[in-house]
Amino acid sequence: MATPAIEAVDVSRTYQLDGVSVPALRGVTLTVAAGDYVAVIGPSGSGKSTLMHLLGGLDRPTGGRLVLGGREVGSLTPPELATLRNETIGFVFQAFHLLPRTSAVDNVALPLVYRGIGARQRRERAAAVLGRVGLGHRLHHRPNQLSGGEQQRVAIARALVTDPTVLLADEPTGNLDTVNGQAVLALLEELNTESGVALVMVTHDNEVAARARRRITMRDGVVVADSAADDPPADSAAVPDGPAAGGDADPTAGDGTERAEAAR
Amino acid sequence: MRFAEAWRVALDALRANRMRSALTMLGVIIGVASVVVLVAIGTGAKREVERQVEGLGSNLLVVVPGRIDIGSAPAVSRLDLADVDAVSRVVGDPSRVAVTVASGETVRAGRRSDFTTVQGVLETTPAVFTRRLGRGSYLTASDVDTSRRVAVLGAAVAGALFGDRDPIGQQVSIAGVRFRVIGVFAPLGQSLGVDRDDEVHIPVTAAHRLYGTQRIDGIAVKAPDRERIDDLGARIVAELTRRHPDTEFSAVTQQQILGVLGDILGVLTGVLAAIAGISLLVGGVGVSNIMLVSVRERTREIGLRKAVGARPRDIGLQFLLEAVLLTSIGGVTGMALGVGAALTADALSPVPAAITWWSLALAFGVSAAVGIVFGVVPAQRAGRLDPVVALRAE
Repeated sequence: MATPAIEAVDVSRTYQLDGVSVPALRGVTLTVAAGDYVAVIGPSGSGKSTLMHLLGGLDRPTGGRLVLGGREVGSLTPPELATLRNETIGFVFQAFHLLPRTSAVDNVALPLVYRGIGARQRRERAAAVLGRVGLGHRLHHRPNQLSGGEQQRVAIARALVTDPTVLLADEPTGNLDTVNGQAVLALLEELNTESGVALVMVTHDNEVAARARRRITMRDGVVVADSAADDPPADSAAVPDGPAAGGDADPTAGDGTERAEAAR
Repeated sequence: MRFAEAWRVALDALRANRMRSALTMLGVIIGVASVVVLVAIGTGAKREVERQVEGLGSNLLVVVPGRIDIGSAPAVSRLDLADVDAVSRVVGDPSRVAVTVASGETVRAGRRSDFTTVQGVLETTPAVFTRRLGRGSYLTASDVDTSRRVAVLGAAVAGALFGDRDPIGQQVSIAGVRFRVIGVFAPLGQSLGVDRDDEVHIPVTAAHRLYGTQRIDGIAVKAPDRERIDDLGARIVAELTRRHPDTEFSAVTQQQILGVLGDILGVLTGVLAAIAGISLLVGGVGVSNIMLVSVRERTREIGLRKAVGARPRDIGLQFLLEAVLLTSIGGVTGMALGVGAALTADALSPVPAAITWWSLALAFGVSAAVGIVFGVVPAQRAGRLDPVVALRAE
């Protein structure tokens, strides 16, 4: 098997708040294989957001060993960490985090700016990825001219444009209605299946989590349950035939909506 | 590529907050404009003074008792006409030597009177100093030799005493003694704050008799050429020191006067520019303030950019460029405004103004530097933002 996308060994993160040490993570050990589909669940305050920040290279652990894309995070400087994020991680946020006053194609092209790619090539690649998420007809729309579901798909395109090894999604459906949420979820799952990008998704929606191939449950800064550990054969198996809950429907934008409606 | 993006984002940010950008620039605009205007006026004043000193006559050497020192009281003169003869021998040409003994006197003509400076002079004065007559003739050697009571009036004195009438041949009384007017100077105007039309010239011998003295206040020599002027001055001072061992003498050239005045005006110009510089500084503080606001407003954007791979340096550059752009645009506008104001003042008021390229370069350079200096702190703050915290910002 190829090198894991993420490898965490006894990782901890302690915050200093007014001189008081507040442990948010207390020794988390987990491995995310390339192309895996993992849901991280747990109540608020369980440390799942902190874990996401660490796995995304936005933050560095205060203890333990964390390897992203073959590099030990703890030893990297902020600029090196920025480059690592650019090359290996794609983020999808609950609040989309698109730049206002900036067209969809330029929003998607943004990570390529920090890779030093020329403007024309940036736009070409961004347009191609937007086409892939079903927004080929919305290239020059600004975020406020797009629906919530479309905005999240622009954000997904932005996460994908750099060909990352891991897609980190933090409550990606949290700000969407059921229909759009289902569509976005279907899109993420399709990308995971087709391009082999590992998908790690934080959610507190059990229904969403149930669709993942693997579920990690957090509580009080530690992993209390990991379906991979509970049921290793299922997880070490090859990638299943399709999205866990998507059936055989074609999960493009419009179809996603239809399928969600059909599912009711 | 990263630089181009930073540039594009900075421009975009300014455009998105037009009103705020304009107001922030205003501080820089006012600062730069005042630097340009005040330096232009200072430079103009300096040139005006130079023009006037040159206008006194060329290659002029003034010999006075005492030490020439700004701020020191004038020494009592012990020079007399015998000393003037000695100086003439050193110079080798009496027509190049002029003298003066001056006194403030009331000059009357009929019922009109004017208080003015009455100068006892030699017939050489118009040649040594560049003075033109408007009417009549100047004093002659025989007027001086015979202490003849004749007078040449400055244009202002002639106007005060005779109005539009022709003063030539008329009588005036100086300190109660009657003199005949034989000439009137052409108007000269002000020079170094002295109204040069407000004076009356009479033969030095007549002045000595009038004032009951034999003294000479100062000797002026027109040197044959500029190269030998310092040497000539030294020889004259040596001769006078030999004749009056206990008195100090000084010989001053126009170059020295220009040097001293130039230094004073240079300092004044510097002070004016510094005061204007303070307003530029205040403008810079405004830029800093607005940049901190901008960083705070765009915290989420900074967090997002960092998440997708922007390094601290990329973010810092973006904000630094925004600050430099603010002050540079303000600087160029301020320069245009300052040049316009200086040219207007020069054309419409007696205030002389001269635009110099270095003041423009300085004003622009300083405004760009202000952008860098006052943009660095907000830019660093933006660059160092923790992406996790930034993404969570409201």
